[in-house]
Amino acid sequence: MSKHHVTTTINGDPVEFLCETRQTLLDCLRDELDMTGSKEGCASGDCGACSVMLDGRLVCACLVLGVEAAGATIETIEGVAQGEQLHPIQKHFLEEAALQCGVCTPGFIVAAKALLEKNPDPTETEARYWLAGNLCRCTGYDKIIRAVMNAAAEMRGA
Amino acid sequence: MSDIQFATPKTIKEAVKCLVAAKGKARVLAGGTDLLVQLRAGRVAPAFIVDLKHIPELTQIKREDGGFRVGAAVSGAALGEHAAFRKAWPGVLEGLELIGSTQIQSRASLGGNLCNGSPAADSVPGLIAAGATCRIATPKGLREAKVEDIVTGPGKTSLKADEFVVSFLLPKRPKRASDAYLRLIPRTEMDIAVVGAGVSLAIDSKGVCTDARVALGAVAPKPLLVKAAAKALIGTRVDEAALEALAAACRAACKPIDDKRGTIEYRTKVAGVLARRAALIALERAQAA
Repeated sequence: MSKHHVTTTINGDPVEFLCETRQTLLDCLRDELDMTGSKEGCASGDCGACSVMLDGRLVCACLVLGVEAAGATIETIEGVAQGEQLHPIQKHFLEEAALQCGVCTPGFIVAAKALLEKNPDPTETEARYWLAGNLCRCTGYDKIIRAVMNAAAEMRGA
Repeated sequence: MSDIQFATPKTIKEAVKCLVAAKGKARVLAGGTDLLVQLRAGRVAPAFIVDLKHIPELTQIKREDGGFRVGAAVSGAALGEHAAFRKAWPGVLEGLELIGSTQIQSRASLGGNLCNGSPAADSVPGLIAAGATCRIATPKGLREAKVEDIVTGPGKTSLKADEFVVSFLLPKRPKRASDAYLRLIPRTEMDIAVVGAGVSLAIDSKGVCTDARVALGAVAPKPLLVKAAAKALIGTRVDEAALEALAAACRAACKPIDDKRGTIEYRTKVAGVLARRAALIALERAQAA
């Protein structure tokens, strides 16, 4: 069976890959493109570890087919830092020790970035609801929320 | 394992052609939040997947006859951003927006939620209460159906293998009309409804209910339109007696399952409670509308 030839844009770069229909976007990122920053936690859209941006919306890459990426614009955790320059959210995750095992971290950072681009000044409740689709089994969430709120303040120049 | 063929038709006609050619072995794809999970679990094994999101009618929100025509694959996030729709149908949105996380909202759609056929689908009671109809593509052209006539049982719909839902029509609202949807789950977010209740009603200038529709989810093999509950409201000021009659009609309509989420007795009682509360919220909104 011939594979699909998919042309897409990931983190601003034109990218091509081959995939079968049943491969998810997450499978394609990790297995075809060696972009292993997005993690597979549950593979059923519950945990958010594979969060990426697809045409400006936050999605679980495990619930998108790789072929659906054709012609789309995708942003992943690999595009968040600018070279050695960490994004404020990444910096505050380190400062607040908002991670332990780290599997959920890329998803949280991508999701938090999406939140702050839409709402630069969220309340803690808004941040917690927005991030409710990202599960962390280590931190108890408080450190993550502190990191996101501190990053929001820094990004607002507060 | 043989791979699945994938099609991205650009028109309704082309999509129907794909489905006819697939002879019952195709699944249509909207947001994929159910289909991809089922594929992965091996619960479905289609030979074809037909992605409907490249068909303009499936992804548009338009005014039509004073109401709204909403494409079956419009995401919860996109519909939620439509201010005029939110004002007209807050209860429909309450149901849709209860589905999953931010990530799921970016993809999940009214058409997908309906056609997945779950008795507990959160967006369906609101649509039924709204009196929404759906436009269905068939090999013979388009046909229209009431939303309450689509789901026939858990995971089952009245759609034939070569048909799919194109869009929903939410009818024009009279003055002083609104709706509400409530559901009960054991946690605060992201769970499957133990009971869901949608109420849509209209009142006249004196506060008398002139029209109502009541629908329940998760209390029977399919979402229910409860006509007796609506009748209990119409002609009243939605007072205590009317609300009790509404709750009793809802309890009487329940044929729930007994499972870890709720017993038959509990679901039946809660159906009355939620319908009453949803009616009061809809009333308050109608008074303000």
